[in-house]
Amino acid sequence: MIERKELTCIKCPRGCGILVETEQGRIVSISGNQCKNGKEYAKKEATNPTRVLTTTVKVLFGTEKVAAVKSKGEIPKEKLLPAMEQIKEVQVEAPVILGEIILEDLCGTGIPLVAAACVARKRLP
Amino acid sequence: MLQYDLVIIGGGPAGLSAADSAREMGIKSILILERDNKLGGILNQCIHTGFGLHTFKEELTGPEYAARYIDKIQEKEIEYKVSAMVINITRDKQVTVMEKGAGLITIQAKAIILAMGCRERPRGALNIPGYRPAGIYSAGTAQYFVNIEGVMPGKEIVILGSGDIGLIMARRLTLEGADVKCVAEIMPKSGGLRRNIVQCLEDFDIPLKLSHTVTYIHGKERIEGVTLSKVDENLEPVSGTEEFIPCDTLLLSVGLIPENELSKKLGLSMDERTKGPVVTKEMETMLSGVFACGNVVHVHDLADNVSKEAKKAGISAARYILEEKI
Repeated sequence: MIERKELTCIKCPRGCGILVETEQGRIVSISGNQCKNGKEYAKKEATNPTRVLTTTVKVLFGTEKVAAVKSKGEIPKEKLLPAMEQIKEVQVEAPVILGEIILEDLCGTGIPLVAAACVARKRLP
Repeated sequence: MLQYDLVIIGGGPAGLSAADSAREMGIKSILILERDNKLGGILNQCIHTGFGLHTFKEELTGPEYAARYIDKIQEKEIEYKVSAMVINITRDKQVTVMEKGAGLITIQAKAIILAMGCRERPRGALNIPGYRPAGIYSAGTAQYFVNIEGVMPGKEIVILGSGDIGLIMARRLTLEGADVKCVAEIMPKSGGLRRNIVQCLEDFDIPLKLSHTVTYIHGKERIEGVTLSKVDENLEPVSGTEEFIPCDTLLLSVGLIPENELSKKLGLSMDERTKGPVVTKEMETMLSGVFACGNVVHVHDLADNVSKEAKKAGISAARYILEEKI
């Protein structure tokens, strides 16, 4: 029994429609993608869908109240909400440097959470 | 009076890219004027990914994309003023600026690049009946609350309009623990990118109600809910299809309009379709030496395309200044 799954690629704004055919959980064909990123996406999406998580963390003593952060790589889709629970507890002290590791391991994925923006330390008046 | 060869109005993706390319062309005297307290423009609050695929061949968040350009500006020692709002431009290229701490200043430019970006269509443009309760925001304002101020606009959310910012906020608010009831779109098709429907709505099982619109806003002090109705092919609400959806927040994501108060004051010819100034393919407006680029010209889907267009404007403005010198 061949199962057909229609996907929309999220790798770029083109948003190609991709058809993935699987047989007993194994991919037998991928079509409709216009580049190799699409093929990679379809492979993952059909077996283990992943996403980059972007959010913010609270900043102490900063010129901004929060700092943008992101998972340094994709994490399984079902880990997005649990990861948000973990991140909710995090506070970082300014200065925050773009690229700096905020959390070593997001929800046991092995993927770190890194700063996606700089926040300077507030000067005392 | 201060004098610069090139004055760029706006320090977002358009202004930064224009400044960078004008400097590459050899223009030394450049000043960027930004009304916010930092460079980067709207990119600072666009913390999602999807930026830079064309420009840098990698997927970046908004703040990261801005940082790449701000680094260039700083490396090349291009001058800029923040907390500096331009309030007038004259046809002989005098720019009046209100700068925090300095007050009112006038700058004489040889060439000007307009890079003011766009603003969101407000509720007033929609004519939805009801009182004026608290809890109704444009999607971009909600984005500012969450991503810059670190506060939530509400807990139970309805989003009207399926523009990209609305879709992105549906996901953002869901991640932060809000209950996003639905995204209603009056048209039979979403105006947002297909990828955003997938990763922002479908990933979180948020219903997209096509051919639906809000026909009444309930609540007097704070919004208590909306009436959602189906619309026919003429976009008229179909009687009998009304559905009450309780919510404490309504977000509007109903389109963007180029921000052209300055352009109009300057008397530039405007294009009725784009709502931006008429420009040549070199991005020069109908007033010689005044150029425009980015969302102030027409609303772009992608910041990368804004940067590309702004690069062209920067080169053209540089040529204009260099030719004048000869």
